[in-house]
Amino acid sequence: MRYIRYFLGLLFIITILIFISFFPISSLLWWQSGALSRCFFVLLLCFALCLLRLMLGPTPADRAVAIDTLGILIVGFCALLSIHTGRDWYLDIAIAWALQSFIGALAIAKYLEGRGFDD
Amino acid sequence: MIEIIGIIFIIIGLLFNLLGCIGLNRLPDVYSRLQATTKCVTLGTCSILFGAFLIKGISTTGVKALLTIVFLLLTSPVAAHAVARGAHKSGVKLWEKSVCDQYAEDDK
Amino acid sequence: MGKRLVLFIFSFLTWLILTWPVDLQHIIVGLAVAVFIAAVSGGLFIQRVHHFRQPTRYLWFCYYIPVFLWECLKANIDVALRVLNPRLPINPGIVKVRTTLKSDTGLTFLANSITLTPGTFCIDINAKEGILYIHWLNVLTKDTEQATQLIVTKFENILKRIFE
Repeated sequence: MRYIRYFLGLLFIITILIFISFFPISSLLWWQSGALSRCFFVLLLCFALCLLRLMLGPTPADRAVAIDTLGILIVGFCALLSIHTGRDWYLDIAIAWALQSFIGALAIAKYLEGRGFDD
Repeated sequence: MIEIIGIIFIIIGLLFNLLGCIGLNRLPDVYSRLQATTKCVTLGTCSILFGAFLIKGISTTGVKALLTIVFLLLTSPVAAHAVARGAHKSGVKLWEKSVCDQYAEDDK
Repeated sequence: MGKRLVLFIFSFLTWLILTWPVDLQHIIVGLAVAVFIAAVSGGLFIQRVHHFRQPTRYLWFCYYIPVFLWECLKANIDVALRVLNPRLPINPGIVKVRTTLKSDTGLTFLANSITLTPGTFCIDINAKEGILYIHWLNVLTKDTEQATQLIVTKFENILKRIFE
């Protein structure tokens, strides 16, 4: 079991190094070129990891944590989309999504507490 | 120049987001996972939004990004606190190598 | 009346930020909406109005923000290093600390700051006795007093001057 954990950690570090090497310092002005898609790939990898935890999670609380994290990540995704396309209403979606995911997390927490919604 | 600083903020934010999601998968129990995601993902997303503010300047997008940062910093710890409390009340155990659980001792 | 005035100012500023390029139509609609909100939900949010008239509280709040951001950055690097370490050096546990803050806003801000600082995470608040239950990623001590010294004190001293 320990060796499996070592191997997984090593794999994660190598993945991170690959994704860092996607960003050469010389081509930092990327939002006209196609290089912004690399940023989207990093965020999509985050989404995939969250969905993995949502699938595996042994307890309902783990799934609640994964859904909460997904909500915060989508806010960042909206900000990147707003830079990429130059439209400002993506930030409106981001604000609404942040508040709505907060309320959703509170509702799930109340449900987990096992009391009911009236106190 | 200020755009490059904004891009550096965005890349730092993406890295922190990735680390938070790796922590979500590597750590052993719900409470430790909440630690990783609340800290890393919140600060990473705030960093991305601040980078958007630096790139766009004081315009519609930039000012809304600042407002979103304030909302996130206020709401995400409260949501994490509620989820942790609900998990403890619904009987999720801590990791078996945990040191102490003074909350369960006091709750009885 | 003072409570409604403060709430009106806050909601009007939020409205101005949401519709940023300042415009006469937006200001008129914002005034109407802010007056409506302040009239409907008057005394719900703000309890002690005289705190808003004391300028030292704003100065302490300005001092609180960089301290908070620095601790937040340290927390992130700490958690990132722990996650990336192949041996996963964590030592978790739930400890109990005491606080002397009484007001609701102060307790909320204290819990938020504890949640976003290194290795600690607030699970439950017992407001009557002033006890916080904290999940600690690397438990250094099980004693309540020492844990209070390590976790709470540096924020409490600032927050006491802002909210109490």
